[in-house]
Amino acid sequence: MTTSGSAAIRARRRARFKEVVREIASHPSALIGAGLLLLIIVLALLAPLLMPMDRLDVTKVTARGNESPSGGHWLGTDPSGRDVLGLLLWGSRASLLVGFSATAMAMIIGTTLGMAAGHFTGIVRAVVLRIIDFFLVVPSLVLAIVLSAVLSRGLSTIIIAIGVTCWAHTARVVRAQTLTIETRPYIERSRALGAGDRHIIGKHVFPSVLPLVMANTTLVVGQAIILESTLAFLGLGDPTTFSWGSMLKTALDTGAATAGYWWFVLAPGIAIVIVVLCFTLVGRALEAILNPTLRAR
Amino acid sequence: MTVIETVPADSEDTRGSSLPRYLALKAGGSLISLALVVVLGFFMFRIMPGDPAINMTRGRQVSPGEVERLRKEMGLDQPLLVQFWRFVRDLFTGDLGTSYVYRRPVTELIGDYVGPTLLLTGTAALISVALGLWLGQKAAWRRGSWFDKIHTGVALVFWSVPTFWLGLLLLLIFGGGLGWFPTGGMSTAASTDTGVAHVLDVAHHLVLPVTTMVAVIYAQYLMVMRASVLEEMSADYLTTARAKGLREDLVRTRHAVPNALLPTVTLIFLTLGLLIAGTVTVETVFSWPGLGYLTYKGLSAPDFPLVQGTFVVFSAAVIIMNFIADLLYRVLDPRLKAS
Repeated sequence: MTTSGSAAIRARRRARFKEVVREIASHPSALIGAGLLLLIIVLALLAPLLMPMDRLDVTKVTARGNESPSGGHWLGTDPSGRDVLGLLLWGSRASLLVGFSATAMAMIIGTTLGMAAGHFTGIVRAVVLRIIDFFLVVPSLVLAIVLSAVLSRGLSTIIIAIGVTCWAHTARVVRAQTLTIETRPYIERSRALGAGDRHIIGKHVFPSVLPLVMANTTLVVGQAIILESTLAFLGLGDPTTFSWGSMLKTALDTGAATAGYWWFVLAPGIAIVIVVLCFTLVGRALEAILNPTLRAR
Repeated sequence: MTVIETVPADSEDTRGSSLPRYLALKAGGSLISLALVVVLGFFMFRIMPGDPAINMTRGRQVSPGEVERLRKEMGLDQPLLVQFWRFVRDLFTGDLGTSYVYRRPVTELIGDYVGPTLLLTGTAALISVALGLWLGQKAAWRRGSWFDKIHTGVALVFWSVPTFWLGLLLLLIFGGGLGWFPTGGMSTAASTDTGVAHVLDVAHHLVLPVTTMVAVIYAQYLMVMRASVLEEMSADYLTTARAKGLREDLVRTRHAVPNALLPTVTLIFLTLGLLIAGTVTVETVFSWPGLGYLTYKGLSAPDFPLVQGTFVVFSAAVIIMNFIADLLYRVLDPRLKAS
């Protein structure tokens, strides 16, 4: 009985998964976005092969600073003579790493608190809701700035600062879904059969909020990457790693924009926009597919 | 840049409650948030590894005696709770501590720098609201047309652009490249202009930072206004209006748009607070002498009392704007009042 029941559930989930894949295929912009992202991730992983680190060592570079793009340096050089394309490649590693890790952290906090706020009642609900409301209201940029200013500099600090400040929206979506799920008769049946909080959340609520969390993840990664570059731009990043934000900080500090060194201003910014746009396109498509109220529109 | 909800954060179910109860709930919520900001503002600057007195003087040459005096001055020789009590008491009397770089009270500094920020965000808000709402209702009315596709596409791209980079880009093109606009500051240095000439000079300096902020924020208004008008478009009263023989333009401007404006009004107040917080990057790029630039200066010093002060001010501004949004949401929509 139970085995055939869970087999049926599995079959249904598989069918639903196929349906989602089919629907994604009907969103060409999402496919393009996903393809580009894959390419960028592969390039980021291959950075050490494509551009050995010692070619970006300030003490070893042979090129002059602020050289415009040429055959030798496709995207020109930065103020200390390093190849901008090389910096861009290495910078993608920091941006993606922070983007994914911070998002993972935000998703864990958001999903846990969102389900807690939807499932429990009384004082737990009141307290959790208060916390969610607070983080919804307080500007994440300002909070992330303060967090990364008071903690020691480093990539992990940036990840924590972004992860801790960007989960409230997810918690809200998850809570709404939890509330909807818990009104279903099968939850009541499950409760009548003696299921505890842990069973209901783990077996019923969590699987049903997961698709929403996935869609949300893709959207949050993009925002986390923007936030990372903003923090690095304000000088709060890890001084020992290259990132797109720290390149733009160098550009500001050396007056590259006013001096007309366009390659050094354009390259990192366009890289950020492309990556974030890809995540947004994929995320929006996923959201449209998985969120029935949006699909109706 | 950030995802913004059309409807204010609404965790408790307040739909059925009476107006005084709703007000009390919202006011209570905002007060708790403000209290949390104060608590965070105090304790976050205490979780810093090491001694705050040493942290606050980091990168400066100080004698051990000076550090000791500083510790006394900051009340660090007292228990943590006493320190917190003093912090709260000082806050209520408008005392946010003393900046280390400027050697002046933080409150006084914030007072000096708040004007330019309000000028910048005020101008940017007015322009982006007008632009966003107008484009949004047009895009919705011609859903699926080229106008709609182009404008929602552009909005999506702007949503993916980091604010500070857009600023750098404008600086590159119009400041450095074409030289049409000044590259930083609020007025020409050493200028003795007064009256109209001074106003024009400030306006000239204002163009690039305002354009940056408008480009980032107008897309939000566009998308919400578009969705809002789309929702109204199937409403029966529009059929009635058309049946009366009204021209399509009048159906839109007299009937659909006023109703669609309701959700956007709350959105405007929600974004105003965020706009103020977003000045950190824009003002840094254009060295616009406002609160955001002050924060940046405080971060690079580092001048923690200053950062602590601007954190409290920025967060409080956002929370208050949110409260106003909550109020308007309820007061403006008669359907919510009736229920």
